[in-house]
Formats: sequence, C-alpha cells, structure tokens
Amino acid sequence: MMRDVLQSVEGISLYPIISMIIFVLFFAILIIWMIKVDKNYIKKMSNLPLEKEDENGIINTGELNEK
Amino acid sequence: MELEKFSYDNKIVRNFALATIIWGFVGMLVGVLIATQLFHPQLNFNIPFLTFGRIRPLHTNAVIFAFVGNAIFMGIYHSMQRVLKARMFSDLLSNIHFWGWQLIIVAAAITLPLGLTSSKEYAELEWPIDIAITLVWVVFGINMIGTIIKRREKHMYVAVWFYIATWVTVALLHIVNSLAIPVTLFKSYSIYAGVQDALVQWWYGHNAVAFFLTTPFLGLMYYYLPKAANRPVYSYRLSIIHFWTLIFIYIWAGPHHLLYSALPDWAQSLGTVFSIMLIAPSWGGMINGLLTLRGAWDRVRQDPILKFMVVAITAYGMATFEGPMLSLKNVNAFAHFTDWIISHVHIGALGWNGFLTAGILYWLVPRLFKTELYSKKMANVHFWIGTLGIVFYASSMYWSGIVQSLMWKQFTDIGVLQYPNFLETVLQIIPMYIIRAFGGTLYLIGFVLMMYNLIKTMKQGSFEANEETEAPAMLKEVKDKKYSHRWLEAKPIQFLVVAFIAVAIGGIVEFLPTFLVKSNIPTIASVQPYTPLELEGRDIYIREGCNNCHSQLVRPFRSETERYGEYSKAGEYVYDHPFLWGSKRTGPDLHRQGGKYPNLWQYLHMEDPKSMSPGSIMPAYPWLITDQLDITNTAAKIRALQKIGVPYPEGYNQFAVDDLIKQAEEIALDLQNNGAPAEADKEIIALIAYLQRLGTDIKADKIASDK
Repeated sequence: MMRDVLQSVEGISLYPIISMIIFVLFFAILIIWMIKVDKNYIKKMSNLPLEKEDENGIINTGELNEK
Repeated sequence: MELEKFSYDNKIVRNFALATIIWGFVGMLVGVLIATQLFHPQLNFNIPFLTFGRIRPLHTNAVIFAFVGNAIFMGIYHSMQRVLKARMFSDLLSNIHFWGWQLIIVAAAITLPLGLTSSKEYAELEWPIDIAITLVWVVFGINMIGTIIKRREKHMYVAVWFYIATWVTVALLHIVNSLAIPVTLFKSYSIYAGVQDALVQWWYGHNAVAFFLTTPFLGLMYYYLPKAANRPVYSYRLSIIHFWTLIFIYIWAGPHHLLYSALPDWAQSLGTVFSIMLIAPSWGGMINGLLTLRGAWDRVRQDPILKFMVVAITAYGMATFEGPMLSLKNVNAFAHFTDWIISHVHIGALGWNGFLTAGILYWLVPRLFKTELYSKKMANVHFWIGTLGIVFYASSMYWSGIVQSLMWKQFTDIGVLQYPNFLETVLQIIPMYIIRAFGGTLYLIGFVLMMYNLIKTMKQGSFEANEETEAPAMLKEVKDKKYSHRWLEAKPIQFLVVAFIAVAIGGIVEFLPTFLVKSNIPTIASVQPYTPLELEGRDIYIREGCNNCHSQLVRPFRSETERYGEYSKAGEYVYDHPFLWGSKRTGPDLHRQGGKYPNLWQYLHMEDPKSMSPGSIMPAYPWLITDQLDITNTAAKIRALQKIGVPYPEGYNQFAVDDLIKQAEEIALDLQNNGAPAEADKEIIALIAYLQRLGTDIKADKIASDK
C-alpha cells in the first residue's frame, strides 16, 4: 500500500538510488582517507592527551614529531 | 619558540563536577522511589505530585540531562581546554552555561511533578523551558567553538570531534522534536500528529541516546581512558573510522523503536537494517577502548578508576550489541513494551554512563584539588557494590520481561489466551520488581560512598581555580600538502558543517517521504477530531503521565488482537497532537479501551483501582473525582489545534464549551443513574469521555458499512 502512495510522488524512483550513492560514497571516501592518512599525524594525535604527564618519554610540543 | 602563558579554568570544571554528584544522587533517589512504587503503589502518599506517571519523567530527565548532562560538561570543559591548549573562550559564557543549565533542571524538577508535560519521552519539558534549553545550548556552542578557534594546538584531537558532533546534533534534534504550538504558558500541542509525531519523537529519542548518552561519552573515553591508563589510545585510525561511521549511521536507526507499529513498513525495515550496521562502529569503539589497556591489565586489578572504566566500556559493548538484536522484528515483537527494555537502558545508564562518570570523577577530583583520593578502598567498595547493583537490576528485569511476554502470548490448546487478565501477568513479576528496587538501592549506596569519598578528597586538598600553564602559540597557516585532511579537522566551522551534513542525511532520508506525501497516511473517513470534553480528558491523561505505563498501540499479532481488539491503523491517529503510543506496558494497552467497560467501572477504577482489579499496582487518582475541570482554555485549545490542521468547523471555539458541558452532563447522569455520586464539572468526567472514545472511531465505520 505504501508503495502505491509513494509512487504518486514525482521522481520518487530516483530517491533510493540517490540514498544508495550517498551511502556508498561516504564509506569509500572514509576508507581512502584512512589508507592515505599520514603516519606521523596519527602518532602525534594519539599522544596528544598524554602530554606532560606522559611517562613514556614522548614529549609533545605541538609540532609533529620527527621519525 | 616562544611560549605563551595562560591558565586553565578549573572552577567551571569543579562546579560541573559538584552538580554531577548532587543531581546524580537526586535522579537515582527518585529512581529508587518509583521502582518501589511499582510494588507499593501507596508510596505516592496519595499526592498527585509524587505519582508514578508524573515522577517517572522526573527520574529519566534528572538522570539523563542533570546527572549525565553535567558529567558531559564537566568532562568537556576539562579535557577540551587541555587538548586544545587554551582557556575556555569566555568565563562569562561558561558561567551562563553552568547556571542556565542548573536553572533548567530546577524548572524541570518543579514542572514535571506539577504535570506540566508535553508527554514526549525525554522531551517532556514544556515550550518555555525548551526555549531556555536552546539558548543555553547556543551559549555552550559559542563557548566551545570560540575555544577551538583560539586554540594553540593545530590539530583537533578526536575527543573534540565527538564534542562538536554532539553539540550540532543535539541542537538539531531538540529543535525539530520540540516544535509545538503554545496554548498557555505551560501547555502546548506538538505540531506533528500521530504517525509523523511518532517518527519525529523516536528519531529524537533514539538519537538523544546516541548524541547525549553516547557520543559525548565516547569523546570522554578517548581522553580519560588514555589518561588513566597512561598510554595512547590503541588505534587513532580506528577512532577516526569509529567517529564518522557512528555519527553517519546512528541517525538512520530511529524507526526501530516503532517496529510493528502503524509506521510505514519501509521505514521500519530501514531502522532494522541500520541498527544491525551500527554494531560495527559501536564495537569498533569498544575494542579500541579495551585494547588501549593492552599490557596494562595488571593495573586494572589494582586501580579502581580503570575498573570502573573497563566495566563501563564492556557495558557499552553489551548494550550496543543488544540494541541491534532488539531491532530484529522477531526479537522486538517479543521484547517491546516489557521490562527487557528497562534492563537494556539501565545497562547503558548504570554501566556505561554511571561507571564512566565515576571513573572520571575519581581521576579528576584529586587532580583538581592537588591531592590523592581520600580512600581508594572505599572506591573499590563502590565499584563492587555498584556492579552487584547492576547485576541485580539487569537480571531481574530480563527475567520479568521474558516471563511477562511469554504470558502475554500464551494460548491454551483450544486457542484462547491462557492469561486473558493482564493483571495476572503483572502479579507474576512483582518479586522481580522488588529485586530490581534492591539492585537500584545497592547502586545508590555505592554512589553515596563516592559522594562522601569525593567530598573528603576535596576537603583534604587545595583547589586551584586557575591552573597556570604555557604552550607555544599556534603557527600561522603553513602550506603543507602532506596533510591534505587538514582542511577539515583543523577548521572547526568546516568540521561542524560536514558533521551536520553527515547526521542530517539519515534524518532527511527518513522524513522526506513521510512529509512529502500529504496523503501518506491512509485516512479513515470515520475518524473525527476529539470533542472538547474528550480533548480536555486527553490533556488530563497527558498531565497524569498515563502514557508512561499504558500504550495506545495494538500490534498486529493474534495475542494482541485477542486481548485488546482490532490492531491499530495509522489513519486512526491523524488528530493525535501529540501521539500517545507509549513505550512500556506496565498496565494493559488502552487503544481499544472505548466502550470496553461502563462509565461506572472507569469511575470506580480511577477512584481506587484495587476495588475493580484486586492486586492492581496502579495508583489511585482520587483528586480527579474532587477537582473541578478547568475549561478556561478550552476555546484556546480548539483554536490552537485548528491552526495545525485539525478540522474543527470555523468558529467552533465559541461553541466548544457548550458542547463540553452537554457531553459532561450526559456522562454524569449515566454515572448517577448507576449510583455513583458524580458531578458533571469534575475532571474525572472528561477523562472517562476520553477513555470511552479511544479506538472507537473505526468501529463506527464498521457499523456504517454493515448497514
């Protein structure tokens, strides 16, 4: 019944297709981003909260750590 | 490089911490009271303000917005200053935020017991308070974004992302769901009706859990867990995936609260599919949290802070696995409307929110006061007593939910309901209600131990309102192609916009078809607007919070159509502003209540439920019999409803009161003829009129077609 009702909307057939494309694109972009993301950035960010009280000897000055 | 001197605002953090402790106690105390009322209904002392229907919303609001809310702000104001290396943008805004939020809580604590409610779950507060919430939320947003803009750390740590997403999404949810047309200062009608209102409400309700109880706490987890464990998060990459996937998917899953309801089928299926998908990001987050402790598990054994955090994250994992399972239609058919759901939410509230908050408080308070925790032993006792409380609470509610659902659905060999009397299934689970209250009390005792421990810690330490520190200024924009993602995560406004788009997509996909098609809800010709008297009765139903225990939604199962009657159709609710489907059946469904019992039964039952149903746990409502019905706003109510599309005839507001009095006299006369000392101008008459109308419109249709 709902299908009949929805069919009365003009161009409704595009609706699920657009939804699907947005959905797939979102994850594609996310995956590409994670593959390409810089390792230094990841390392620096994961140590960011630990600054000062860090016992691992990692000193974080706000600059990216050199390898 | 030159270091800039500045200070962290610790005072605002301490204030939010105190508020967290105080409101947490209040919220949980009310929780224990209502849990006890379920087996000792007389514990409302026959006072309207203490009746279950009115203070159950007080409990949920106090725990969600007062306890968890203040805990969120405490954590955000503390951690954000540090990961951004900047003092909060404005001390004035911080203070407005703090006091504004506390005033809103006080307003809620006054208005909810008075019965001033919109009836929409977790959004019960009436429109002036809703506006105040919006203003305070904007203040919080300006303060947060301002701090991010003047930060000294170029990159935003993932916790801050969660804070931004929380802010923008809660703003969106709150505004869309609270849209209502005011009648008086404390009475309004939702602009949505019936199925649409249900969809909007559970889009809100579901995502309030997501973006008030989950995302901010994940942000806190990503900061305080590494701090407490003294090691970086297991995988920062995973945290990025966790963040984007979670905020993108969560918003689509709202309709899983409405399975087998009158909501269109495609929307229900959408809710189920996305709920299953949600397991991935949720468990990604849980695994990321637990694996952060790799190599540090020996410390978990000694450190109560880590213990609290580990159980909190485990509870998060359990609840986020259970949630998608409950979204499967076959599981939902069994568990919905039962205590199973109560158990599910308390795994989240007591385990995830409560324990993570405790862990953070035990970590934070000694640091704010530059001292050690007063008693580590006491914290350990709190941990064990709290855990035991959760176990008692959850297991009794699972048991009661399963037993009652089985009883509801049990047929005899000859095909009739084995337990046709709803009350029978209630009496069966009373022992479980007692155990639940016991579990809740244990948890509360643990909480009180924490209060004592933290106050002692505060007393022995010395508080530093402004913590001096220094950090290098943020470098001006350096072109560096290596960090291409920086356009996003180094710029708060862009980030906010992208996060908003990510959450908005799901909402749009859900809403668009429902709002696009004006005739999306099949109308039923015989469904008519409520008469003025029924409308006033409906408002009493809302005021007393009847929807907290009674659903108005018969699902299309044989066990329900046998028990209650014809299953509910979407078209029956088109004049329901707001919808009153309810989410829990502590008492039976009422959608087909109309005409089921004589007026006299309803009258005597409201006066004293036990007189009609021996053993009933419903509170008595003697004040409905003595209090006069307020009809000063009847005409205004009709006008307000006309504005949002209820087709009362033009100018009907002038005759509304006349019609009301006429109908009231008919009902009063019927009651008097049957021996009840009823008076036509009392509230009970309106409520009976409403109850007798419920679900009868389609019967009229049937009678007409039979002719």
